[in-house]
Amino acid sequence: MSPFFVITGIVTLLGAAFAMSLRNLVHCALAMAVAFSGIAALYLQLDAQFVGFAEILVYVGAIAILIVFAILLTRSGEAPEKSVLTSGWMAGIAVSAMVFTILGWAVLNSSAIPKETPPAPVATVKNVGDALMTKFVLPLEIIGLVLTAAMIGAVIIALKEETNNENPGRKS
Amino acid sequence: MFDKLDQIFVTALHWLTGFLPAALQPVVSTLICIAFVMSVFPGVFALTTVLERKILGRIQNRYGPNRVGIPFTKIRLCGFGQFIPDGIKSLTKEDIVPRAADKVVHFLAPVVMLIPVLLSYSVLPFGKNMTITDYDAGLLFFFAVGGAVEVSVFMAGWSSRNKYSLLGAMRAIAQMVSYEIPLILSAVTVVMVVGSLNLSQIVAHQNQYTYGIAHWHVFTPWGLVGFVLFFIASLAESNRTPFDLPEAESEIIAGYFTEYSGFKFALFFLGEYLGMFAIIGLGITLFLGGWTSPVSFLTWIPSYVWFLSKLMTIVFVFIWIRGTLPRLRMDQLMNFAWKFMLPLALINILVAGIWHYMAADWQRWLVCSAIIFGAYAILGRGLMQNQNFGKRIYRYAE
Repeated sequence: MSPFFVITGIVTLLGAAFAMSLRNLVHCALAMAVAFSGIAALYLQLDAQFVGFAEILVYVGAIAILIVFAILLTRSGEAPEKSVLTSGWMAGIAVSAMVFTILGWAVLNSSAIPKETPPAPVATVKNVGDALMTKFVLPLEIIGLVLTAAMIGAVIIALKEETNNENPGRKS
Repeated sequence: MFDKLDQIFVTALHWLTGFLPAALQPVVSTLICIAFVMSVFPGVFALTTVLERKILGRIQNRYGPNRVGIPFTKIRLCGFGQFIPDGIKSLTKEDIVPRAADKVVHFLAPVVMLIPVLLSYSVLPFGKNMTITDYDAGLLFFFAVGGAVEVSVFMAGWSSRNKYSLLGAMRAIAQMVSYEIPLILSAVTVVMVVGSLNLSQIVAHQNQYTYGIAHWHVFTPWGLVGFVLFFIASLAESNRTPFDLPEAESEIIAGYFTEYSGFKFALFFLGEYLGMFAIIGLGITLFLGGWTSPVSFLTWIPSYVWFLSKLMTIVFVFIWIRGTLPRLRMDQLMNFAWKFMLPLALINILVAGIWHYMAADWQRWLVCSAIIFGAYAILGRGLMQNQNFGKRIYRYAE
């Protein structure tokens, strides 16, 4: 393990841990942005430039901002007085550890995964673009359609309801 | 001779690192490159602050700073020494943090602002063979690190616990998110035509000459529209007039850095100007030929001189616009981004595709220009519809 991997791994895990455990929701969102940047750094170490940059562009630049805006618009910035952990947190850890063990066991013993690590593929941005435009063009188009439909839906929800007095501030 | 002058920095770097053992060379050469960025662009920033005050002074019929020259001498330099006392003043001022502020986030915000801005310089080609990290996806890297600036603006606005700061941050983020879309879409046309996200290759594609005139992208119909869209969007991204609503001093004091003073304020100021230079540098690289010369008989001028002179010319235009145009209103800002710039950028992508596949003669000039003019006219009319641009009638003032 290279020292860079250890540092980015620790930063990512700390960011994720703080995102769960801090009291103030805005702090949690910022800690999550740190975790996202750490994941992007990990991708970059694996020579996956496109995924790494897209991770920063989409998750840090857009999703973290979206979450922060949602927090600000729905509640005041005050931190809750009571503890963030519920009373049954011990049971929660036990359950999640069990689920993780079973899933890990199932994945490791599955026949669908090849046992030998394949040689690292060369994935330049050009390769990714070529694949998106040829092999995966149908999924790409479908995702585009779904996102457009979602956006139109959001606009319809946000539309002002029809009223009779138009624009009282300005007269022609 | 001129080739040597052109490559003098590259040669100097190789010569300097040549003395070291091979294991140390990459580290030292990286450090030297960082020192280059950290010294040149803050220097340009210092000069620009004086230049801006002087040009704005001229536009407003006054002198601007003209006293300070070299300290302890009588040389005045037309006031261009003004940045030295400005810097000393901001370093020695008291750092005031509001009692209610979120101390950690308040402290981190200027740092989070400056780091991505400095990172974005690492992919810009300042001159021939003068790109610090030649990423395969350099353009994507530039836009990705730019996204982190929004986080810092939010951190500054929210942690100050001041309604003006928060309002300014909300305005800034809404504006940045809206104008990032036309910015990226106008850059996409260049990527389509060049076929690469690598900024050095984009410059190399423009470094050809027909009849002595360079193949800059701005000299094509799609490139001209792309450049104008990119220019307007970069004005908005760097919060400059007429898009300076996030810092509108007559409405919300100073926006998201209202509660910052002393050195932290200076860091914000520096980050904002360095961000402006970086985005102008990207615009130059994409549309104005990067470090290439516009005409073939001037290619002997060193490439970095071309880059810096193009940069300073556009900075001058930015200052000129600041002294000329009034500020937009919030709804005008959003309408302009979503109803005019975004559709025009999408049509421009189509035009770039047509340009790429049509034969290189006068017909493609005609077809592409016709589509762009039609789109511009229709979109402009759509934007003007239901907007009564007559004389304003004051309801309560008369």
